[in-house]
This record gives sequence, structure tokens and C-alpha cells, in this order.
Amino acid sequence: MSRGEPTMAEICVVACAEAWRGDGAILASPMGVIPALGARLAQLTFEPELLLTDGEATLLAPAADGRDGVPDHGAPDHGASDGSAGDREAGDGLVTEGWLPFRQVFTLLAAGKRHVMMGASQLDRFGNQNISCIGDWARPKAQLLGARGAPGNTVNHPVSYWVPKHSRRVLVDRVDMVSGVGYDRAAGLTGRSGRFHELRRVVTNLAVLDFGGPDRSMRLRSCHPGVSVSDVADATGFLLAAPYQVPQTRLPTEAELALIRNRLDPQARRDRELAGR
Amino acid sequence: MTLDDVIGELRSGMTIGIGGWGSRRKPMALVRALAASALSGLTIVSFGGPDVGLLVAAGKVRRLVTGFVSLDSIPLEPHFRRAREHALIELTELDEGMLHWGLLAAAHRLPFLPMRAGLGSDLLRVNRDLRTVRSPYGDGEEFVAVPAVPLDAAFVHMNRADAGGNGQYLGPDPYFDDLYCLAAQRAYLSCERIVPTADLLAAGPPQSLLINRAMVAGVVETPRGAHFTSCVPDYDRDEAFQARYAGSAGDPEAWRDFAAEFLSGTEADYQAAVARFTGASLPGRAGDGGTDGPRA
Repeated sequence: MSRGEPTMAEICVVACAEAWRGDGAILASPMGVIPALGARLAQLTFEPELLLTDGEATLLAPAADGRDGVPDHGAPDHGASDGSAGDREAGDGLVTEGWLPFRQVFTLLAAGKRHVMMGASQLDRFGNQNISCIGDWARPKAQLLGARGAPGNTVNHPVSYWVPKHSRRVLVDRVDMVSGVGYDRAAGLTGRSGRFHELRRVVTNLAVLDFGGPDRSMRLRSCHPGVSVSDVADATGFLLAAPYQVPQTRLPTEAELALIRNRLDPQARRDRELAGR
Repeated sequence: MTLDDVIGELRSGMTIGIGGWGSRRKPMALVRALAASALSGLTIVSFGGPDVGLLVAAGKVRRLVTGFVSLDSIPLEPHFRRAREHALIELTELDEGMLHWGLLAAAHRLPFLPMRAGLGSDLLRVNRDLRTVRSPYGDGEEFVAVPAVPLDAAFVHMNRADAGGNGQYLGPDPYFDDLYCLAAQRAYLSCERIVPTADLLAAGPPQSLLINRAMVAGVVETPRGAHFTSCVPDYDRDEAFQARYAGSAGDPEAWRDFAAEFLSGTEADYQAAVARFTGASLPGRAGDGGTDGPRA
């Protein structure tokens, strides 16, 4: 059933899943189709203790022997609600394991028991993220989502980012509004106020990055197959740190491909999120 | 009470909180009545959805206090977008959790509550009156002092209530409706159905009784009063109608048509116009005219 080379969308699903490796029993909040598939894949394979919601107030776990699915959902909103879901189909192989209304999401995130993967309209070298507006805040050229939960998420628990279209418009020298806090801003906080700030990964359609560069700046961690270091550098609006030898992003295993194609996303919604590439 | 009774107790320039979240369980009948009123210069506090959009479109809003304005299945509310890009309203942009904290502070009659959210972000730049506070307990940690968000009035919508103001939600999430009520001088509860007190537990367990009568100044029965937002289990979001709303909101001429068709009369007129829209949109009856957008 799973013959065929992995697609770029499938490679991205696995790269997103890897962001949650080692997290254990915390709430994974993915914003977007590919991060949502990644989180469910991690839960089904190497990170079974992860908690995931239906995008509203219900915590859903894989049934012992079920056909799983990531239900179709509304637009990602980067806040307390997560983008992993929406309406459930009967018999989708998921069982309710808990209740998590927004007020409890706020408490859980302040307690640090959450790792969110948000989107970014702009993201700079130190991981400052903008989802609020483009241009002058007082009269923006383009109003975006608003700060949503980004300020609180970034100073309370681990945060990763998903960028489906890696370009100089997104990976910018300077963001117009800091919604999510980057490493330079966190380092400037008084005393211990930044102690829960942690940006883990940036997964894009070209590469995987982290913040292991000088002064915790963004660093190229791996390039997806067929993508060169200079492709990534050309699509990035700031100087990117990179090791001498940049490895290739790991490919999905046969088992992972089977789960993605047959169980999690038989309708291949993952391809649509990369369609603009 | 009637919708008009509620509006009659309000004044221009008031701060009004609106319960629900995005395009979910919004007290839309009360919002429609407010949009049709002569009131103006309001400060609206909301985890915003079409409530904010309708009031902005009607020119009622001087200032908005929010973390977002979204239709859920449509990420950005179009009237809000336009109002921002033309600087038509003042905005207090907060992190979602900060708004929760501001309502909680107001409910507890505290001037502020400390919080990490906002530290290091530009929320402290664009909200010039936001202050930080240092812990007095030796750790010296600094926090944002989220100011209380007290309300003159609050609107919330419940699935069921009794006539005295005991309100019951039957959907997945209480949102912050109890806090809106407690943060307000006067809270108005609309509901799908008023039932005898003794019947409340027939629909859900005691913990579904989110609102009690100490928190509420008035109750209005407004069947389908959250339309077009979701009010599960009574009804889902009307995605076809929401698409029509959002499609009209992008264009002044289309919006005039939408307002003439749906917003020019009473709540009963609105519900009748929606029924005509839905009837015209039903599969198999396409071509009857008046249909816009796909049926969800």
C-alpha cells in the first residue's frame, strides 16, 4: 500500500513529528495540516504519551486498534485552540480521554505542559514571530490574525514554527510586530523572567532549522532531499548559521509512510498545504 | 425581558463584554439588536467573531479589546480587517490569556493580575498603558500587571436557562461566559429556550449550570439567537450563511445588500430571512435564487 517515494509533504510531516520527540505527556498543539499530521504521527509511533485535542475541548487518544484520522478542521489560529481538528467522523479510531476547555488550556500552558507549533507571517533570525499585522500597527497595511496566544506561549513553554513557504517575505531581517518572543528579546528580560522561553525547531518546505547559531540565532539543521544549502540561504532574508556539513532531513520510514497515507491522511490534505510552492 | 428591554438599559459610550469565542455560541440576537440601536461610541470586549464584525460595520465601536477577531473557518473577520486597515477603531490588542486574566481580575474586583504573557513582546509597545510588576517575595521576578477589564454590561448566550437567570451550556466549552457576567455591572443572558428550573437537569448535569441567578440582571429567550455561530448541540455553525456574510463584508455594495436583506428589521425578520436563504440553498432546490456560496 505504501509503495512510492516519499513526497515533500510527507517528509515535512515527519520533520514536524520530530519536533515533539522526547516531550512525553504534554499537550501538543499543532497549527496547520502538516503539523497536525506530524503530532498524530509522533503520538502513534515514538512519542505515545503526547496529548492531542480535537481542536475544541476534547482530548483524543488513538483507540487500541483503530483506524486513525486527523479530522478536517477550520483554519489554524495560533492561540489556545489548536489546529489539529474540528468535526469528528464516527468510527475515526479515536477515543475521548479528557476534557480541555480554553480556560484549562491557559492554565496548562502557564504550567509549561505544552509544546505548540505555530505558523509565522514573519520570523526573524532570533525567532521573533509576527502574526499580528504588516506595516505600522496603528494603521496596518495588512491586518493579520492578531497576537492570539503567541506572547504567552513563547514565554511559558516550548514553541516550534511551521513555514510552508520558506521565502524572504517570511524569514525576514526584522518583523513588523513581535507577537511571539525570540531569543534576543527573551535574553533581555529582567532576572529569571525568561527562564521558560524555548524555541525548538523551525520546519519549512525546504529545511529544518533550530536556534543553535551564535547568540541563539537560527541555524540550518538539515536540508530536505533535493534542496541545497544555497537554496535555503537564497530564500532566507538574514544570515543563517550552518555547520560545515549539512545533513539531509531524514526520510519517512516505510511504517511512517503507511500510517500517513493509509490511516492519518488518506485524502492527502497534506499536499494542499504545500501546493503554493 | 425582550431584546428591546435590554438595549433600553444601555447607554452610549458603555463598555460591553460579549461571551462566546470566535464564531462559537455568540449572543448574536443581542448583538443584532445592539447594532440596530441608536447607541454609539461603545468599547467592546470580546474573544471576537461576527459579533465584533456586525458592531464595527454598524459604526458602534469606538474601541475594541481583544486577542483576535476570527470566524474560525475563515481566519480573519473581514469588517475587523477593514476597520484596522483604515484606522476606523481604536484597538487594545492582548494575548488571549491576558484577556482571560483581565476578566478574572475584574470579576475578583482586583486592579490587576500578574502574568508572564506579554513580556518581551510588542504588546507592551502598542499598549502604552500596560505596566509590569515585580514579585515582592524575594525571587524578584517581573510580570505584566494585566489590568482588570471591568464591564458596564455583558451579553452571553446559553443553551438553556430558567426565567430567574440560571443558565446552562450544553456544548463542549463554557468559554469565559461566567467571568463576563461577574466582571459586569449588569449581565444579560439570552438562551435558546427558557425552561422551568426543575427541568434544567433533564438536559445536562449540575456542572453544566455555568451561570447562576446572582450573576445575571436579565434573561431573554432567543431561539436560534446565536445564529450563524455554533450553538451545539442545538445547532452547528451555519457555514453557508457565514460564507455569505463574509463574502458580502468585503465589498460596501454587497454589504448594503446583505444588511437590507438580513439586518433591516427585527430579530423575527432576521430569522425569517435566514430561513428563506437556507431554503433557497437546500440541495435540489438550487436555482430558486438568492443562494450564495456552497452549503456546508
